[in-house]
Amino acid sequence: MASLLFRGILIHPPLLNSSNALFSRKACAYYCRMRTITRAQVATQVNQPPQLKYPPNARNNGLEILLKDYETIIGIETHVQLSTLTKAFCSCPYNYGSPPNTSVCPVCMGLPGALPVLNSKVIEAAVRLGLALNCELSFNSKFDRKQYFYPDLPKGYQISQFDIPIARAGYIDLDLPVEFGGGQRRFGITRVHMEEDAGKLLHSGNGNYSQVDLNRAGVPLLEVVSEPDMRNGIEAAEYAAELQRLVRYLGVSNGNMQEGSLRCDVNISVRPLGQSQFGTKVEIKNLNSFSSVNRAIDYEISRQVLLLSQGQGDQIVQETRLWEEGSQKTVTMRKKEGLSDYRYFPEPDLPEVVLTEGYVNKIRGSLPELPEMKRRRYEGMGLSMQDVLFLANDVKVADFFDAAIAKGAEVKLAANWIMGDIAAHMKNEKLSIDEIKLTPHELAELIAAIKGGTISGKIGKEILFELMAKGGTVKKLIEEKDLVQITDPTEIEKIIDKVLLDNPKQLEQYRGGKTKLQGYFAGQVMKATKGKANPGLLNKILLEKLNAKSS
Amino acid sequence: MLSTIQFPRSLSRFPLPLRPLQALSSSHRSATTSALTDQSPPSTSPSPSSSSSSSSSQILSIRHSLLSRELTATQVAESYLSRLRLVEPHLNSFLHVSDSVLREAQEIDDKLSRNEDIGPLAGVLVGVKDNICTADMPSTGGSRILENYRPPFDATAVKRVKALGGIVVGKTNLDEFGMGSTTEGSAYKVTSNPWDISRVPGGSSGGSAAAVSARQCAVSLGSDTGGSVRQPASFCGVVGLKPTYGRVSRYGLMAYASSLDVIGCFGSSVADAGILLGAISGHDRLDATSSDRGAPDFTAHFPPADAFGAKPLQGLRVGLIRETLDSGVDHGVTSTVQRAASHLEELGCTVKEVSLPSFSLGLPAYYILASSESSSNLSRYDGVRYGSQAAAEELNSLYGDSRARGFGAEVKMRILMGTYALSAGYYNAYYKRAQQVRTVIRKSFKAALDENDILISPAAPSAAYKIGEKKNDPLAMYAGDIMTVNVNLAGLPALVLPCGFVEGGPAGLPVGLQMIGAAFDEEKLLKVGHIFEQTLQGHRFVPPL
Repeated sequence: MASLLFRGILIHPPLLNSSNALFSRKACAYYCRMRTITRAQVATQVNQPPQLKYPPNARNNGLEILLKDYETIIGIETHVQLSTLTKAFCSCPYNYGSPPNTSVCPVCMGLPGALPVLNSKVIEAAVRLGLALNCELSFNSKFDRKQYFYPDLPKGYQISQFDIPIARAGYIDLDLPVEFGGGQRRFGITRVHMEEDAGKLLHSGNGNYSQVDLNRAGVPLLEVVSEPDMRNGIEAAEYAAELQRLVRYLGVSNGNMQEGSLRCDVNISVRPLGQSQFGTKVEIKNLNSFSSVNRAIDYEISRQVLLLSQGQGDQIVQETRLWEEGSQKTVTMRKKEGLSDYRYFPEPDLPEVVLTEGYVNKIRGSLPELPEMKRRRYEGMGLSMQDVLFLANDVKVADFFDAAIAKGAEVKLAANWIMGDIAAHMKNEKLSIDEIKLTPHELAELIAAIKGGTISGKIGKEILFELMAKGGTVKKLIEEKDLVQITDPTEIEKIIDKVLLDNPKQLEQYRGGKTKLQGYFAGQVMKATKGKANPGLLNKILLEKLNAKSS
Repeated sequence: MLSTIQFPRSLSRFPLPLRPLQALSSSHRSATTSALTDQSPPSTSPSPSSSSSSSSSQILSIRHSLLSRELTATQVAESYLSRLRLVEPHLNSFLHVSDSVLREAQEIDDKLSRNEDIGPLAGVLVGVKDNICTADMPSTGGSRILENYRPPFDATAVKRVKALGGIVVGKTNLDEFGMGSTTEGSAYKVTSNPWDISRVPGGSSGGSAAAVSARQCAVSLGSDTGGSVRQPASFCGVVGLKPTYGRVSRYGLMAYASSLDVIGCFGSSVADAGILLGAISGHDRLDATSSDRGAPDFTAHFPPADAFGAKPLQGLRVGLIRETLDSGVDHGVTSTVQRAASHLEELGCTVKEVSLPSFSLGLPAYYILASSESSSNLSRYDGVRYGSQAAAEELNSLYGDSRARGFGAEVKMRILMGTYALSAGYYNAYYKRAQQVRTVIRKSFKAALDENDILISPAAPSAAYKIGEKKNDPLAMYAGDIMTVNVNLAGLPALVLPCGFVEGGPAGLPVGLQMIGAAFDEEKLLKVGHIFEQTLQGHRFVPPL
C-alpha cells in the first residue's frame, strides 16, 4: 500500500454556496484593462480523426534545397490535465464547460486561511505515467510554489514541482506513419512533474474588462518535458499523438486537445548543419491539434531558415509565438521571455511526497498493455504496419480487436472488418467503438459464419450493419431472417429447373449460342432464393443444366 | 531593579461588582479535581492551594455554576459583557464584538432547562484573534486590505470551540497579519496593557492576551509564529500556550509563515489553557500538516492540590537555557526567572543550566524564513477576488494600488525582505542557509530535551514597554523575539505562565516563565505548569484596571 504522507481525498465541504455568493458579490468581472495580454484565442477544430492525415505543406523547391543545409532542434512541453474526480488540492469536481465559477471553494479560490490537501489520485496518475514513460521515479519529492501575479492565479502562486520532479530521465518509443516513410523513433523524456492548473480569463468583446472563471483553478496537471530530440513537424506531432495514446491507455486523462486536456508548447531552434552552437529558441503556443503542431513547426522552420539564409538571423529572437490557424502562420505573442524570477521555494502547506517500493510495484503491476507493446504484438501476429498503427491508435479499438481475437476470430479478417465497414460506420455515425451495439463476440461469430459457409460475405455485411445499429446476435438474425445459405445441391437444382422452365425463350437463345445469358439465369436463381444460394454450387449446377442438351 | 513584593490583588478591586467572577472566587476551587466530562460538581472544600495567590479555572467554575444552577449562562455572559464594555475604552482589545453572545447563552440555558447535555465549553466566552476566520463576524487580520471581509467559513479551531458550547465573544486586535510584537501594527487601533495602559500588551496576539488578562473573556485563541502568543502572555500576566506544530489545525488561520504558524491558547490559569487546547487540537482533514495523533485530555492527570505532597515534581529534570540569561535581558527578568527556577527546585526538580550554542542564530533565521513565506502567503491579497480593491485603469496598477493602500508599513517591509531572500541569486545565501540553521536548531533542542524533561527561559527579555517606545526601531522590536522564535523553528510546544513581577506601572509588571517541552509533550508541560502555578505563593496576576 501507499504510505504516502498526505491525506486522502476530501469530502465536499458544505461551503460552495456561500463562497459562490461571496465570489459573485464582486469581482467576477473587474474593470480594468489588461496590459500586454492577448491570450490565445482558441481556434477549435472539430473531430480530429484518429488516424493522422497531415495535409502536405506547400513548399517551393528552392526552400527544399535550403532546408538541406539546416538542422532543427525541437523539444515539447506538454500539459496533461488529469481526469480525477476532484481537483488536486480540494474537493471541487471539474467538468469542462460548466458555467463560470460554479465549481469553486475557499481552497481553489485562494481565500484567506484556506489550505491545500493533496488528492492522492494525482500521485497515482503521476507514477503511472512516469512508469509508462520509462522514467526514474523520485521516491522523495515535494511540492514548490511558483510565484507570479495574474488574475487567473488565485493564490498568487502555483503549486508545482521545481527541483525534484516526481519522475525524470525516461523515453517514449513510437512508429512513424507509413505514408511518411515509417520507421521507429525513441524520444527522451526529461521530466514529469505535478502541478495545478490556473483559471481562465474571459475577455470582453470591446476589451474594456476581463472576467475570471476559476472552475479550472486547481485542476491537476502533469507537465511532461521532452528532450530536444525531434527534428521536424511529423516527429513532433507523432510524439504528441503517442503521448495522447499513452495517457488514454493509462486512463489518466481524456487527452482531448480541443478542450485543452492536452496542451503542447513547442520549443524550436534552427542552426546551419555543422554549427555546434544552438540557434535562438522560439516557443510556439496555441496548438490545438496534431496537425497544427506539424504545420506550425514546418512553418516556423521555413521562416527561420529563410531568415538565416538571407543573413537576417538577428531577426530570430527568443520569444513566444502563436500559431494562427486561419492564416496558417506563427505570429509574435510576447518577446524577451525567460527573465522572470518565479522565486520557487518548498510549499510549506504540504508534506513531502514519499513513495514506497510496495506502492510503486503495485502500480507497475496494474499497468495495462501500452501502445508500444501492443504494436509489437500485433506486428508479431503478421499484421501489416498500416493495420498495426490503425488498431493500436485507439485503446478502445485495440481492446475490441483483442476481444474479438480472444473469441476465436481470425486475425486478418477481424482487422479488415474493423478497419473497413466498422470504422466507416463509426465515422459516419460519429460513434466510438464502445458506443456501437456490435460486440467483439458477435464479430467473431460473424466471421466464423462466413468462413464456415453459413452465410455469404454479402449477407454478412448486411448483418453487420444491423448488429452495429441495433445489436442482437448473429445466430438469431440469421434464423429470424432465414438467411442461411442454401448449400443443398438438390434444392438448388430444383430452383434452377423451375427457372429454366419459366424462361424457355432465353434457354433457347442460350443453347443457340448466346452463352452470355448464363448470368441472367444465375440472377434469376439468386432472386428466387433471395441471394441465399451458394454461388459456387449454383454456377456449377446451372452450367451443367444449360449444357445438358437432353432436357 | 527588582520588585518582588506584590500585593495580593483581590477581585474586589474591580470597579464594579462582578457576580460570576465573585462566585468563581468564592468557590475556592482549583482546577485539579475534575475532568472535563465530569458532570458532578467538583469539591468546593477549601484546599491549601486555593489561597489567594493561585489561579483557578474559569472554565470549570462556569461549568460548575451552570450545572449546579447557581448561575445561568445568560448571567455569566452578561457579566463578562459588562466587564468587556467597561474596560474596552481603556484597552481596545477588540476589533469586533459579537452581537449574538446573549442569544447563544440563552440557547445554553434552554438546553439546561430541558436537562440536555451541554458541551464542556458551554457558556465560556472565547475571544478569537482576528486573523482566525469566523463566518458570522468580520475577519480582517488587522489589515486594511481585508476591511469588512467576512469569510464564508469558520476556522477549524473556531468550529471546534463552538461545537463544544463555547461562545465567540468577538475578534481581538493584533499586529497586521500577526507581524509585530506590540499590537501597534494593527491597521485599526492600538491595544493597551491592562497592567499599565501606557504600555503595549505585546503581540502580535495583544488583543487576545489583554482581553483574558482584563477578564473581558474567559479564554482566547491567538496565533504564534515567532512568539505571538507567549510574549503577550508574559506582558499581560496570563497563561499562554503555543502547541506543537501540527497539534492544532491551521485551517482558517490567515497564513503568515505556514511552516511556523500555530494557533495557541490564552487563559488566566494553566488549566484553562489546557482545556482550550484539548478542545481545538487533533487531526483535521482540511490541513495536511495537522498531526493525526489523538488529543489527550490535557488536564485529566493534574494531581489534586491536596495530593501535591512536599515534592510533587520530584525527579523532573529541568534545563535552564544559559543563553537566555545573557546580556540584553533585563536584570529584573533574569532574577525573576531564577527565582522561578528555585521554586521548581523546591518542588523537587533538578535544575541545571544547559547551553544551546545555536540559540542566537534563531533570530536571523526566523526573520528570513518568516518573511520569505509571508511574501508568498500574502500574494493572494491582490484586490481581485475579495478585500479592498483600488480603482485602476490597468492590471498592474490594480495590483500595485490595492496592495500599496491595503498593507501597512511593517507588512510591506517583510514582503520586500522575503521577496529579496527568495530571489534568484540570493536564495542560497538567505533562504537555504536559514533552513540549514533551522535544522541545526531543531537538533540542538532535541539533544537538550533528551537530557532534560523540560527547558525553561524567560518568555521575553523585558516586561511590557511603553507604547511607541520601539515603534520606529524594528531591530529592537525584532530582538525582543529572541526568547521565542527558536521554539517555532523547532516546532516544539511551549507554555508561558506568570512567575513574578518587575517594577513599573501602577502595580508592577508581570514576568512570564517559558517552559519548553518535547514535541507533542503538552501534557507534561501543562502538568508541570499547573503545579508551579498552584504552588507559587504571594503573587496574584489580576491587573489593576
